[in-house]
Amino acid sequence: MILGIDSSSLTASVAILDEGNDLVIAEYTVNTGKTHSQTLLPMIDEIFRLTGTVKKDIAAIAVAAGPGSFTGLRIGGATAKGIAGALMIPVIPVPTVEGLAYNCYGYSEIICPVMDARREQTYTGIYEFVKNEGDAPVSDDKDMSEAGAYTYTMKSIMDQCATDIGLLADRLNELGRDTVILGDGVPVFREILDKKLKIAHTYAPAGINRQSAVSIARLGARYMSEGKAVSAADFAPEYLRQSQAERETGISADGHEGQEA
Amino acid sequence: MKDLFVLGIESSCDETAASVVLNGHKVLSNVISSQIDIHTLYGGVVPEIASRKHMERIDRVVKKALADAGMSADDIDVIAVTYGPGLVGALLVGVSYAKSYAWAYDKPLVGVHHIEGHICANYIEHEDLKPPFLSLVVSGGHTHLVNVADYGKYEILGRTRDDAAGEAFDKVARVIGLGYPGGPKIDKVSYDGDPTAYAFPRAKISENEYDFSFSGLKSAVLNELNALQMKGLSYVQADVAASFQQAVVDVLVTHSMAAIDEYKPECFAIAGGVASNTHLRKAMEEACAQKGVRFCMPSPIYCTDNAAMIAVAGYHEYIAGNTSGWDLNAVPALKLGQR
Repeated sequence: MILGIDSSSLTASVAILDEGNDLVIAEYTVNTGKTHSQTLLPMIDEIFRLTGTVKKDIAAIAVAAGPGSFTGLRIGGATAKGIAGALMIPVIPVPTVEGLAYNCYGYSEIICPVMDARREQTYTGIYEFVKNEGDAPVSDDKDMSEAGAYTYTMKSIMDQCATDIGLLADRLNELGRDTVILGDGVPVFREILDKKLKIAHTYAPAGINRQSAVSIARLGARYMSEGKAVSAADFAPEYLRQSQAERETGISADGHEGQEA
Repeated sequence: MKDLFVLGIESSCDETAASVVLNGHKVLSNVISSQIDIHTLYGGVVPEIASRKHMERIDRVVKKALADAGMSADDIDVIAVTYGPGLVGALLVGVSYAKSYAWAYDKPLVGVHHIEGHICANYIEHEDLKPPFLSLVVSGGHTHLVNVADYGKYEILGRTRDDAAGEAFDKVARVIGLGYPGGPKIDKVSYDGDPTAYAFPRAKISENEYDFSFSGLKSAVLNELNALQMKGLSYVQADVAASFQQAVVDVLVTHSMAAIDEYKPECFAIAGGVASNTHLRKAMEEACAQKGVRFCMPSPIYCTDNAAMIAVAGYHEYIAGNTSGWDLNAVPALKLGQR
């Protein structure tokens, strides 16, 4: 089973996914913007207790790894690290924007999550779901053939990044395809998007328009099978932005390992 | 009583630290991952960078503390973590990690006050030290004169009105070209200087004789240097450093001795990063000897931010029945004695 965690923005979301049986054992999401530090672990504790899930049955922790609020990423990331470090299981970093797009699994439109990144910027990306026609399960029993069954793979048209909302609109117009837009950036940017977009577009409804730990866990399961899981020690969020001090001085803080006493 | 192994975790500023301590004084491991080389690039601690580095290091630091102690996490009885005061982003990494680590192992969690940790560092090497006693906590972020009435019971007699003592060290060191971190550099260079070369002020606060103020002293140093520059005169770095340091030490000693006169404790203990200043240690030791009061100080490794002191404080809080819930939050302006 995989524990999914997303506290990258105002949403706090946790879920237990039984990936082998393609079943969500439990999910708990709150959108009230309460301090994640106080709510996230109690939420995790609650879903384990209610469902009687045994901690040792968790095989990996999928976590929204950024972008997002620096504080939110730290709380989610350190929580994932603590549990994974204790249970000695891997962490699967799931890019936040990809996790959001995965809410729209199987849609024929292209998917464009927009997160409010402040300063008139958005954390965004553009994705599409492509049919895997060839992966219909092969059965020995020809009568039970599932030749018509297919799955989807999410493909990136534009990888997640921090960009100006106007530039994003230009890019979507260039692509010229019907688009589903979702995320906490919608209330912020909807007016400007409606004005600038020349393509048919729709805004995803409540239930799938915010971060979901279920999507993080499902996409995480996929990434784990692709060998993208890391150790608790090696996990670090992807902030997509340097700290102010680094931007202002032009000096990167990377590559300094410090000393141990 | 059964042996109690406490894992301490500290991330309130720029050191990521973890430690295993047995029964509140026997340190089995003490891992401190310092970020000082990074923050030196920016001339001081950058909170966002500190938080990110804590995130990168915390799991390795905790694992190393367990390995150094020759223990597995299953052997740990209690997990203690600093939840304030400090930099909020930095604190959140330690708090979130410690909480989820404790949760995963079904271990009790204890949130610890950072300054309480500094004071408790004295129990490590002074096993017979017991409250009540008086303590002076001096560091880059704190200057507190505290009456330790009992374990977990603190009465703040005085605190700084503006800069912390260590902050003044950093600022003056920067101005005279010694760079960051200022404390150790001023300590060292002062041995070559004349502490009476400049008569810098010793601030007194009229409303509370135990309160401190170091911003005036810092300004006095700046003004002196500006005045010299206007006259086209140069100055001897070591003399300025020694004179500044003497002013800080004098104020810390004078206030502490006044408190000793009033409270008549059996013991006086210093703590915090600035407590590793060799001139301060010597001056306090001599002053306490004159008063006939026992003087305690931790080794420098337990003066700097470390997690052994957090484990020790966590031990005493746990014994007193104080544990924290899974909703424990980082409290950047946490007051001493508040839970």
